[in-house]
Amino acid sequence: MRDPLPLDQLSAIEGLLSEEERLVRDSVRRFVRERYLPRAAALFAKEEFPTDLVPEIAEMGLLGAHLTGYGCAGMNAVAYGLALQELEYGDSGLRSFCSVQGSLAMWPIWKYGSAEQKERWLPGMQRGELIGCFGLTEPDSGSDPGSMKTRAKKDGDGWVLDGAKMWITNSPLAHLAVVWAKTGDGGAESIRGFVVERGTPGFETPRMEGKMSLRASTTGEIVLAGCRVPDANLLPGAQGLAGPLGCLSQARFGISFGALGAAKACYDTVVSYTRERVQFGVPIAKKQLVQAQIVEMASEIAKGEIMALHFGRLKDAGKLTAPQISLCKRNNVGVALRVARASRALLGANGILLDYPVVRHMLNLESVYTYEGTDEVHQLLLGRALTGLDAF
Amino acid sequence: MKILVPLKRVADPDNANKIKIAPDGAKIDTTGLEWKPNPFDEYAVEAALRLTENGATPKVRGGEVVVVTFGPKEADTTLRQMLATGADRAVRVDTTDDALDGSLVARALKALVEREKPDLVLMGKQAVDGDSNQVGQILAELLGWPMATFAATLQEEAGALLVGREVDGGVITLRVKLPAVVTVDLRIVAPTSVYSLATARTHKYADGVRFSALPAIMAAKKKPLIEVPLAELSPDTSLRIAYSKFEPPPVRKAGVKVPDVAVLVDKLVNEAKVL
Ligand SMILES: Cc1cc2nc3c(=O)[nH]c(=O)nc-3n(C[C@H](O)[C@H](O)[C@H](O)COP(=O)(O)OP(=O)(O)OC[C@H]3O[C@@H](n4cnc5c(N)ncnc54)[C@H](O)[C@@H]3O)c2cc1C
Repeated sequence: MRDPLPLDQLSAIEGLLSEEERLVRDSVRRFVRERYLPRAAALFAKEEFPTDLVPEIAEMGLLGAHLTGYGCAGMNAVAYGLALQELEYGDSGLRSFCSVQGSLAMWPIWKYGSAEQKERWLPGMQRGELIGCFGLTEPDSGSDPGSMKTRAKKDGDGWVLDGAKMWITNSPLAHLAVVWAKTGDGGAESIRGFVVERGTPGFETPRMEGKMSLRASTTGEIVLAGCRVPDANLLPGAQGLAGPLGCLSQARFGISFGALGAAKACYDTVVSYTRERVQFGVPIAKKQLVQAQIVEMASEIAKGEIMALHFGRLKDAGKLTAPQISLCKRNNVGVALRVARASRALLGANGILLDYPVVRHMLNLESVYTYEGTDEVHQLLLGRALTGLDAF
Repeated sequence: MKILVPLKRVADPDNANKIKIAPDGAKIDTTGLEWKPNPFDEYAVEAALRLTENGATPKVRGGEVVVVTFGPKEADTTLRQMLATGADRAVRVDTTDDALDGSLVARALKALVEREKPDLVLMGKQAVDGDSNQVGQILAELLGWPMATFAATLQEEAGALLVGREVDGGVITLRVKLPAVVTVDLRIVAPTSVYSLATARTHKYADGVRFSALPAIMAAKKKPLIEVPLAELSPDTSLRIAYSKFEPPPVRKAGVKVPDVAVLVDKLVNEAKVL
């Protein structure tokens, strides 16, 4: 039997990466494989996020690594994307923790916050001492965030928040939440962002239990009942839906790199498994039906990788557009989910065991498919851009 | 303490099957190889970092760690990687991989040691490609310095190092006066292997080589990395070792499955003739 051609050599993006990008990828790869993978299945089974690992994640510089200042690494989009990909090779829950902290909690403070706000929160968030979350989605407001009901009413030198957020990654662990609320009774243009700190009266974060996906990531609600925050906690630079959507653009782009990490973990498992599993007297990888699927997976992953790299370079040049982000997130998450499902099947009964990573990734990717804009929402965004007609 | 750590890049040992030999057998074809720092050299860098810090605040260096490698421009990556884990400065001695042997490397290192004046040269016991296990010993001889090889533990004392060496049946502890040459074995990266004068004896390191944090990788490109031509350090660039021919190991034949113990015994007796 000849040695299999590694995926990395097929897509051959190695030579297109800078020394720094390769070092980042290799360092995070080693970290995830040594520090996370040995526990991945157990954390998933126990529906538990490893809070004990947060200091190490922070020490690695993984929190807000794409931001500048405040202790952050100031990495370019490609290096950051490669780091996320290695994290998601471990588990989408691990990557989600970092994405939410970096792109959805730190980024809005970094982008929309005042100098005092940045000094106050970002260094602690970079060190993992302050965990953040991002509250946009509500029980009755998902793909249509403009329909949110959460309200912020001016009250002297502060604001009083009332409403409920749901599906909020990290909220039960969070020391602070970036909460989006309408400040008027009209449309989305009155949306503003507020930083609500743990301990503020009227702020509760009940945990949501029983997810069958992203089990190693903690998800909860944010209940705001007459929750009063001072003016100093209003993010001055964000107004309207563009505020939260700006954060989502950051995170979505990261996911287009990240999801391929889960796909690669499945692919690697499938190649080694099918070369060893003998049925009808030969390794099943010798069967054309099996090879057809492996070829399909490798082709899709390679295309996705080349696309992510191309758009990453555009992002670093400041030229990446919203339709391109939609294209990349939707395509690569779709690829990953299909690869994971096919991998699950190729492992037969073993494919449903947590002993192998495939079923874990398959289940996780259902969340990745839905959050950060569902597959359909990105279709609608792209459709609108390509035709000039709104189909929402 | 100032420590000089020589490093070699080697073909990724996990991808050893990719190593190809030029058709005439004259040399190893290095095109397309994936390079990794020699693992024992990485351990030496880790040990050097532990000797120049107090364990509790690993970002504060109480001394200097200088890394040096020999090779073409691409070998800079190996040095940058070490700068990202905490080394302070790097030197690349510019040459090509096949223009070197242990003796020449040691001669050039001697000249570099005379320039840099480190208190300690800490290096891997051998490189996992050629497995020659020579450079440390030759260098100590050329410098006329004390030497300890295969260190499994290191403890700093005033002006000296206590070096634990694992040998058959026990551990030998040597006290070497500085400056000295010490080569390290893999046990040197165990949690309680290395103590500087500033490190609490109760301190336990994480097992293995430390991770390079992302901000440190970004900062590494701003750390000094200089290039020195080989001939500047050793005008005599002649080699003492000539490789006459390279051959791949013979391909292993597939094994056979035997149906039962009787057939196995029969084959061992009559075919393999080992019983
Ligand atoms: C594990 C997990 C973590 C999450 N973390 C966060 C977080 O940290 N912060 C946060 O704010 N949110 C978070 N979310 C919420 C996530 O962003 C929403 O689930 C997502 O936006 C979809 O909203 P919804 O679930 O209400 O679905 P809905 O919007 O109700 O959509 C249901 C279905 O209808 C489709 N659909 C909707 N509108 C249209 C249309 N116009 N045309 C055609 N089809 C349509 C959708 O594509 C989908 O298939 C998380 C979700 C999950 C699963």
